[in-house]
Amino acid sequence: MIAWLRQHREALARAMGKLLAQRSASLLNALVIGVALSLPAGGYALLANLQQVAQRFTLEPQLSVFLKPEARRAELEGRLRADARVAQLRFVSRDDALKELRQSEGLAEVVAALERNPLPDAFVLRARDGRPAALEALAADVRTMTGIAQVQVDSAWAQRLGALARIGRLALAALAVLLATGLVAVTFNTIRLQILTQRDEIEVSQLLGATDAFIRRPFFYLGLLQGLAGGALGLAILWAGLALLNHGVRDLAQAYGSSFQLAFLSAPESLGVVAFSALLGWMGALLSVSKYLR
Amino acid sequence: MISFSAVSKRYAGGQEALRGVTFALEAGEFAFLTGHSGAGKSTLLKLIPAIERPTSGSVIVNGQNVGALKRSAVPYLRRNLGLVFQDQKLLYDRSIYDNVMLPLSFSGQPPREAARRARAALDKVGLLARERANPIQLSGGEQQRLAIARAVVNRPAMLVADEPTANLDAESAGRIIDIFVSFHQVGVTLLIATHDQALIGRYGKRVLRLVEGKLAP
Repeated sequence: MIAWLRQHREALARAMGKLLAQRSASLLNALVIGVALSLPAGGYALLANLQQVAQRFTLEPQLSVFLKPEARRAELEGRLRADARVAQLRFVSRDDALKELRQSEGLAEVVAALERNPLPDAFVLRARDGRPAALEALAADVRTMTGIAQVQVDSAWAQRLGALARIGRLALAALAVLLATGLVAVTFNTIRLQILTQRDEIEVSQLLGATDAFIRRPFFYLGLLQGLAGGALGLAILWAGLALLNHGVRDLAQAYGSSFQLAFLSAPESLGVVAFSALLGWMGALLSVSKYLR
Repeated sequence: MISFSAVSKRYAGGQEALRGVTFALEAGEFAFLTGHSGAGKSTLLKLIPAIERPTSGSVIVNGQNVGALKRSAVPYLRRNLGLVFQDQKLLYDRSIYDNVMLPLSFSGQPPREAARRARAALDKVGLLARERANPIQLSGGEQQRLAIARAVVNRPAMLVADEPTANLDAESAGRIIDIFVSFHQVGVTLLIATHDQALIGRYGKRVLRLVEGKLAP
């Protein structure tokens, strides 16, 4: 057991030595891996941020029904309550709406600048059936009532955003698969070159009684270490990129009176990126070793 | 220790290197293997550590049928044999000391013990003072001695050497053989291939003579 651990430690040390002996080549390899990783990781971070924003908005099956100034509120309220499709009805007066608007992020200054209240009275209506078709049908019916200025399906755009995010995720997954294949190929080639330059040592070791496992071990560690270094570099690139973007985002958010910032990946996510990169390096080494060490 | 029975070896090209070779080498024995170039000396030696496998017949080393050995078992067979190759196969990207340390790294020796054994082996062949030098700086005879040090560092019970005195002057060759004799005196079994008849004559040991792949009576 102790001998086995020592052999692993020695293999790791030899792999480290190889990496350090070829510093610039190792750094370039890690850079290639890092850049390739930072693309899908960055896309993932942006999507996660987008979803965070989207979640702040309601996804409930809700209609906003805006009234004309001359509408008869009591009569409309009675008709809407009588409708079996309506689960809940809340009246929002134009004064309340303005108050609400004043409190919402980024709009306080806009509201203060207004001379008079431009908002209409409104009902906020929650439907029993949240499916888009049912909501649209209900909205169409409400639109035909007299005194109604506009009916808006509030969840529609959130659903559209959700669909967009799903497409984004799919594209990102495809990109990740492509780049992962590329990374395996990069490690495969690095290890192949390393095997070729060490051909003499490998041959002599085999003749003198080294097991296959002993000969392969340093190459696995080499792939693993290269993947680790690439993963760490990828995170650094992503972090720098987000920091750069956040400069612009901060200015933009300030203009709207918000303090929104793009968030970096969480600790488990960062760890996942590095572990994934190390795994890809190991796989590249495995492929290379099983092809060129026989 | 070693026994060959009716061993033949035909290479892929159809060339027949060995034909029905039968002999046995007892533990502690010292034998020369001789014959012209191309008589099959190297092939015979390569069958012992399973570098080549016999086409027919059986090669038994330490009770193991080498011809039928699984690939995964071959390294352990080789660790118990000291091998000196015709082209030495030294590594020129590392020091003399590290060349001798190489076989010890496979067998998982504790570092202190490994260092002690490596220095003992270098001392035995008279190269301890040059352990930090590169093998390229050594003369032909010294390189051969380094190859011997590397072969014996795992303390094998048997040494197999292919033309260890080729291209050496008489004095260097004599020194190499003296080293082998000193191993023989402590009980190591030796099989040395050489075409140097003068050398063989001087030591009066058992001689196996190969003629066109067959053992001459």
